[in-house]
Amino acid sequence: MTELLTLDRISVDIPLDGGFLKPKTILQAVNDVSLTVSKGETLALVGESGSGKTTLGYVVAGLRKQTAGTVTFGSSQRNADGSPPVQVIFQDPFSALDPRMIVGEIVAEPLRLKGVSAKERLARAAEVLGQVGLPPEAAGRYPHQFSGGQRQRIAIARALIAEPEMIVAGEPLSALDVSIQSQVLNLLDDIKQQHGISYLFISHDLGVVRHLADRVAVLYLGRLMEVASRDDLFATPSHPYTQALLAAVPRIGKGRRKKEQILRGEMPSPLAPPSGCVFHTRCPRAQAICRETRPQLLPAPGRPTQLSACHFKD
Amino acid sequence: MQHAEQLVAGARTVASATSPSPLLDVRDLTVTFPGAAGPVQIVRGLNYSIARGETLGIVGESGCGKTMTSLALLGLVSGGGKVDGTIDFNGSNLVSFSQRQWQQLRGRDIAMIFQEPMTAMNPVMPVGRQIGEVLIKHQKLSRRQAEKRAVELLASVGIPSPARRAQDYPHQLSGGMRQRAMIAMALACRPRLLIADEPTTALDVTIQAQILDLMLTLQDEAKMSIQFISHNLAVVSEVAHSIMVMYAGKAVEYAPSDDLFANPLHPYTQGLIATLPDPDKQVKRLYVIPGRVTSGITVGCRFASRCPRADEGCRRTEPEFVEVAPGHHVACHKVGS
Repeated sequence: MTELLTLDRISVDIPLDGGFLKPKTILQAVNDVSLTVSKGETLALVGESGSGKTTLGYVVAGLRKQTAGTVTFGSSQRNADGSPPVQVIFQDPFSALDPRMIVGEIVAEPLRLKGVSAKERLARAAEVLGQVGLPPEAAGRYPHQFSGGQRQRIAIARALIAEPEMIVAGEPLSALDVSIQSQVLNLLDDIKQQHGISYLFISHDLGVVRHLADRVAVLYLGRLMEVASRDDLFATPSHPYTQALLAAVPRIGKGRRKKEQILRGEMPSPLAPPSGCVFHTRCPRAQAICRETRPQLLPAPGRPTQLSACHFKD
Repeated sequence: MQHAEQLVAGARTVASATSPSPLLDVRDLTVTFPGAAGPVQIVRGLNYSIARGETLGIVGESGCGKTMTSLALLGLVSGGGKVDGTIDFNGSNLVSFSQRQWQQLRGRDIAMIFQEPMTAMNPVMPVGRQIGEVLIKHQKLSRRQAEKRAVELLASVGIPSPARRAQDYPHQLSGGMRQRAMIAMALACRPRLLIADEPTTALDVTIQAQILDLMLTLQDEAKMSIQFISHNLAVVSEVAHSIMVMYAGKAVEYAPSDDLFANPLHPYTQGLIATLPDPDKQVKRLYVIPGRVTSGITVGCRFASRCPRADEGCRRTEPEFVEVAPGHHVACHKVGS
């Protein structure tokens, strides 16, 4: 398998100004994360708010510099500005599009940076708008004339026009109505099939992740808890945190969940992460060793490609 | 999968859907706003009831009128909106209430929690004091008594170190803790009806599970009724005894939860269920409800333009809302035909 993206021991520390006479503190947003994404593969990053999934996405997209570790692209292709062939789709399609530009200009902007002629830009913009299911006339209108789902399509068109090899998608569905979510999800699926694009798909919705991802990485307080193929992760989740996340997903017809299935407490402050395994403060299986020793990311019993960082993994 | 098995079935059953006197009985509720091209009915002809101690889930997409329905129950429809029909709450018709009567009712008998507590709470007043305000107004407690009671309430919704937290401002709490604090405030006067408008939408799934469990536990203790509004059918299925699905201001289906999921009849309900990506199974392609909500349809069925089964008749004549099985109502020409 050719790796398109290799993240090797990435850490991101964010210094916070403590204020007058207070010491500076360091927020460890991402801590020692290694992952790979191969060509045409979708890797989902899941975890609660504050798990570091968005920060890691920013590092891949070149929007934030890591403090340690290396990001390698196994591709010689580069964007116009020399950056790797990565484009981004954001959560909120309302703030991601310049309200004073017409859609044709918004979509074609990556080509303007490449020095493509105006005429060709227009032609390409019309083409990608068609690919995301918008009519050619859309190019002449302003973002406010479109619904949320259509705006997300415009953002996808803008990402596509640069012919990226990877798209970092940060919660691209969560601002959309349910009946629109499935439309956009199917579109992302089509694009993947047609263009062989890899996605780094950041989401808290495990239903969506199950539908789109090939592999899943579970993050907690900036650390990797589990990495596995989609099928392994959903069929036999190894890490207690993954199990808790799966149990928390609302499901039709299952009724009220049992008290003991509900993960207690909240994620501790990343300014003062717990010792040992960072999950031990909420983990139903925590023992003394969990408070003392950080578990390594190692294969789950009998499943060599399913990695789990837990002293008592399944 | 092990979790799926642990999730004990037992969707909440309706003990008394048609019990002699429901706490809330809404008949022909319509909310009309003036528009450029004449009056617009944002909510149109709703009929439903909520029994004591039970939960009604209202489901629909943005603009379907689910929030407006709740504002009508609190006398909070503003901007020139007019409420018609009857809202029978515990024997009185709220539609004819005066401003003064509303003020006595709100927060005492009917309380509401919102999606984003940060915008619903006062950012410059400590949380304990905000909860105390409600008690001072409705239960005539002194400030000292009220703040003591506020600490007890914060403890009852599972906030650790409640006495210290009571001194915190809303921004100092996490999203989950803010939502707990808002629930504490809503429950301060032991309301008979709690209206919860997307109360877990802004939260992580793990915290959502905690908050839903908290609401159900408090409901069991207080025998309170809940009107639970959400765009997410799965969330509603975990808490509601009966469910009303709304589309473009109208109820399209209304049934006990078990019936609705076992036998969804309206094409829109069927579509909503089918579009949800299921974490427990793999599908090749997700079902899509074509198009999007179009406003301003006044003739025929409002869902006709997106409906796979619609014909000329649907576009011409508005379907009646009829009871097709005990407690199961649906507005569709194609059901039973």
